[in-house]
Amino acid sequence: MNEFIMQRLLTLILFAPVVGMVAVMLVPSERKQAVRWVSLVASLVPFGLSVLLWVNFDNGATGFQFEERAEWYTVIRSSYHLGVDGISVPMILLTTLLTPLGILTSFGIQDRVKAYMLLFLMLETGMLGVFMALDLILFFLFWEIGLVPMYFLISVWGSPKGEREFGSGKRVSARYYASYKFFVYTLGGSLGLLLAIQILGLVGGSFDLIVLLDKWPNFSGELFANIPTSAVRSAAFWAFVLAFAIKVPLWPFHTWLPDAHTEAPTAGSMILAGVLLKLGAYGFLRLVLPLFPQEAHDAAPVLAFLAMAAIVLGALSAYGQSDFKRLVAYSSVNHMGFVVLGIAAAAWVAGSSDAGMRLSGTLATTGVVLQMFNHGLSAAAMFFLVGVVYDRVHTRDLDELGGGIWQLAPAYGGILIFSSMASLGLPGLNGFVSEFAIVRGAWPIFSAVTAVSMVGLFFTGAYILKGIRQVLHGPRNEKWSHHEMEVTTREKVIVAPLMLLMLIIGLWPWWITSVINETAKSLIG
Amino acid sequence: MDFFSLLAWLIPVPPLLSFFIIILFTNQDRRLSHLVALGAIGLSLLFSWTVVFRALGTHHFAEHPIAVSVAWLPTGDSVFRMGVAVDPLTVVMLFFVPLACFLIILYSVGYSNYGKPLDQRDLPGSPPHHGVEPMYSRFFAFLSLFAGAMLLLTVADNLLLLFFGWEIMGLCSYLLIGFWYGRNYDDSNQITPRQAAVKAFITTRFADVIMLIGIVYLYSEAGTLNFREIFFSADIMNHLLHTPSLIGGLAAAHLIGLLIFVGTVGKSAQFPLHVWLPDAMEGPTPVSAMIHAAAMVSAGVYMIVRMFPLLSAGGGVHGGSPTMTVMAFIGGFTALFAATIALAQNDVKRVLAYSTISQLGYMVAALGIGAYVAAAFHLMTHAFFKALLFMGSGSIIHGVEHGMHHTNEKLDPQDMLNMGGLAKRMPTTYWTFVVGGLSLAGFPFVTAGFWSKDEILADAFAHGHWWVFVVLLISAFLTAFYTMRQISLTFLGDARTESAAKAHESAWTMTLPLVVLSFFAVLAGYVGVHMDFPVLGDMLGNNPFEHFVVGTLPHHLDGFEFNWTPVLFSVLVGIGGLGLGWLIYGRRPLSAGQPDPLVARLGPIHKLLVGKYFLDEFYNFALVRPAKWVSEVVSFLWIDRVIIDGVLHTIARFTMRIGAGARWFDKWGINYAPDKLSDGIRASGYSFRVIQTGRVQDYLLITLTAVIAVSGVLFLMLR
Repeated sequence: MNEFIMQRLLTLILFAPVVGMVAVMLVPSERKQAVRWVSLVASLVPFGLSVLLWVNFDNGATGFQFEERAEWYTVIRSSYHLGVDGISVPMILLTTLLTPLGILTSFGIQDRVKAYMLLFLMLETGMLGVFMALDLILFFLFWEIGLVPMYFLISVWGSPKGEREFGSGKRVSARYYASYKFFVYTLGGSLGLLLAIQILGLVGGSFDLIVLLDKWPNFSGELFANIPTSAVRSAAFWAFVLAFAIKVPLWPFHTWLPDAHTEAPTAGSMILAGVLLKLGAYGFLRLVLPLFPQEAHDAAPVLAFLAMAAIVLGALSAYGQSDFKRLVAYSSVNHMGFVVLGIAAAAWVAGSSDAGMRLSGTLATTGVVLQMFNHGLSAAAMFFLVGVVYDRVHTRDLDELGGGIWQLAPAYGGILIFSSMASLGLPGLNGFVSEFAIVRGAWPIFSAVTAVSMVGLFFTGAYILKGIRQVLHGPRNEKWSHHEMEVTTREKVIVAPLMLLMLIIGLWPWWITSVINETAKSLIG
Repeated sequence: MDFFSLLAWLIPVPPLLSFFIIILFTNQDRRLSHLVALGAIGLSLLFSWTVVFRALGTHHFAEHPIAVSVAWLPTGDSVFRMGVAVDPLTVVMLFFVPLACFLIILYSVGYSNYGKPLDQRDLPGSPPHHGVEPMYSRFFAFLSLFAGAMLLLTVADNLLLLFFGWEIMGLCSYLLIGFWYGRNYDDSNQITPRQAAVKAFITTRFADVIMLIGIVYLYSEAGTLNFREIFFSADIMNHLLHTPSLIGGLAAAHLIGLLIFVGTVGKSAQFPLHVWLPDAMEGPTPVSAMIHAAAMVSAGVYMIVRMFPLLSAGGGVHGGSPTMTVMAFIGGFTALFAATIALAQNDVKRVLAYSTISQLGYMVAALGIGAYVAAAFHLMTHAFFKALLFMGSGSIIHGVEHGMHHTNEKLDPQDMLNMGGLAKRMPTTYWTFVVGGLSLAGFPFVTAGFWSKDEILADAFAHGHWWVFVVLLISAFLTAFYTMRQISLTFLGDARTESAAKAHESAWTMTLPLVVLSFFAVLAGYVGVHMDFPVLGDMLGNNPFEHFVVGTLPHHLDGFEFNWTPVLFSVLVGIGGLGLGWLIYGRRPLSAGQPDPLVARLGPIHKLLVGKYFLDEFYNFALVRPAKWVSEVVSFLWIDRVIIDGVLHTIARFTMRIGAGARWFDKWGINYAPDKLSDGIRASGYSFRVIQTGRVQDYLLITLTAVIAVSGVLFLMLR
């Protein structure tokens, strides 16, 4: 039994949500509470299995572990090939942790509960597939699978209010605008990715990542008549970068994010910020850096510069918001900017002969993966906490909210401050560790860019405090005093594991960074 | 791990745990909450003093400090370790920090009106006027976290762990300054606690971000952040000193030093980042004592004392490195600048706030001229007398507020012009405040403040830092003057308001800490008297403080010859300032309604001082408002909404137009002909439908007609 599970652990994790979907389908739609509980239990299975994965993962080993290979689409020489390393294991844990929390958050959803839960579970499989796939076609397949449920989650269960002007005076409902922008933008970005994957497949004679890692970077023959290989290679590189940069999102491809995050239902925002953004960063680490070392090195300064723009302008834009949720949404642009900064630093020094530079690159990479995990925790918590207030007063406007909520909801206030501080990067909580590692890694490589990014960190403080001040501080708010503002037990259960992890990682990150370290080292070479 | 290493580890733990225990479990029980907080800090005090006495009893302790660490972050093939270390400098901190914290927490019990019932009129988020503080437990939780963070910073063996404590204290000061987060004032220009909290956090964070760059830079160059590993390694120090930095002309060591020093400028409220500290007075008074004496601002000075080997690298130990020159300048300027502002303040706590800024300037300047031991010495004595003064002022305010309850007067209980004559009403507070004030003013030979201040002046004199010497002397004179002004306005003469006349001595939990601190505010100075000082030097063991602390440094630090001249100047400015204050304020105390004599004498300068040189207004105009505008308008509206989304929308519209064009072509170009064909066929179908009647007779008739017609045609054709 044990043997059976261990040999198929990844497949079990990957398809457990699909099994869950079948179980949910068997429950009659009218029995909403049953649908909710079945979904929750179903989503706890992959979580349990990923803890098993975490425990059995060998930190000291290089290369992929828990590999599984099976015939799949033989005609195009694509196979079902899964495997994990120190980058993907934390991401899998993050995904399987946030999904049950998202489902528990969604217990308040009343409209078409069954469809909602089905989409949510489908989303989980899509995301997990990306983190596990070692075959590019499989990767792309899961990449696109994740897109569909999110589109429906936003457009059907999104915020009912609001309009957006779309060009010359044409007005559309905000959630329609947001979901459409999210879908088309991401899809448009990934078209080039599909094309580039095909070129790689042409060269490698396979879509298997292990094969391609060996063949593609060293390929020097002619691909297409009259087109130099370097141009093809460069085009493929930029196609990859564009797809992932939109997903991260990197400045200036980020404007879909505040819209989508703001309009999505609370749990949708949690997953969107918590996991979906990481798919882009993961793509950089898993595919772009290893497959295109030379191109990535050349493009690293550009990426670093855009990362700096994301950090500074993201923080500034967050500070400029009067919508609480949009403020939190912009904080994702700010935080994911650090991820790209670390990636750029790693790209610049990968394969360097200077030991000091390699050390910096390794630290930056460790920081990047940890920052992805940390942002997953804090962004999910922050969106959740915005949702808590929204559920009660049905507004996200900070001015309309009017502050003075701390007296009405003391525990909520404490939780909000705690999570905000994690997001702000307070030492002792998780965000600081990863930002420190990234900044330390990037400093010797892109000093000026890093220094300016630190100024962005200052504005991070400004917008975080603005959020706290406008929600909690002020004389007791009589407008909402007849609402039950305090967090419920269910809500405490949702946020408690996130807070606990924030604290543990912040105090002693060894347990998670030691998982990442070896892979980070081998990525830098 | 031996017993003392274990204790060193455990020192910051109880208050940190106490924070979580109070927040999670005892938040409904006031008594239990303060017992947990007191018990925790009491344990820390016990641990600390055990370590202190063991250190004092160890020969050559400096060469064998306590150190222990754990693996914290893997860095490729190496490991970043976090740990604690206790060397002589830490021992000094461990002597006074937990003691001050303990007394502050004890004082808070009375300050928060413990013992009175909860009154429904006191809302959470505002100061209680009738009963016990409604957020009583929370207050003790925050104070515990504050104390824990300070102790963590004190025992940290590396700069990153120090930064942990540093930033957590930043959070605590934010939470505690804004403790009465719901408070509003009638005067909309007066800063509210919540605004002051944000201001404190943002100002210090600006400095901290720059300091973090320094930390990252240091880590990159040195490969470690452990104090001992850096300072005691000649290789690393040489490397830092001989690597050119990013800014031409400066060595890496100097730029790192300057970046790290910015952290102190923020935390210890040095010019130009001092603006947050006076407004931090919006917090409850124990918090002011915590921030200004025991913890936060001391942390800033402690950090540069700790980093002194790096800051002084490249110059002589008595100044000369670029970093030290900047420090001497900023410190000296701040000492004088803040002392002038203190002259014109009427808020009893604000006078002390500016005095803190000024005294910290002393310490920074002292380090800037290499007076390492003197800076550490003044840090310690200042902590004692300033904690005493702040808690004394809290007791005063409490007393006046007590009076206000009886009289129902509406007045500012912190304005010294509303006081007077409190000496008779509050004798314990009065006498302890006088002790603290004299120590601050540097009253010769009997107060701790005199000895430590004198040590700084003597060092400046001995090494020929003339302008530092002169600037600090003038500041010392002003300090003595405003201290006398404060004592006179508050305690002497007759009460200027009804409430002051009805003031009442505070509870024992508040006065006991005052008495204990007065004891130290006098005696703490005798451990650091110069060894050649006639009679006293010999009697007091030849400056044990210096002999102990100087061992912290990797290199030997020369003392200086004893000289009567600076001592004479020191005595002169101390007595002179106090005397002038007595002449103006003390001899004939102000009566009710009488204006401050300084207003007339200083004229427009007084306005400038009251307005604090209008630096707040300048910052608001030059920094805060532009930043708001850029974030709201430029970054969000223009860049994101207009430019980026504009481009996206244009692409989208263009695509939609192509789509519409394709649709048009589909409709008219491709669909038209087949549509018409099918339309025609359908139409003919319609026309022929009439003959499909389903009746055999009709079909036969049609068939017959057709046969006849065809036959006719055939007949005609064949013929």
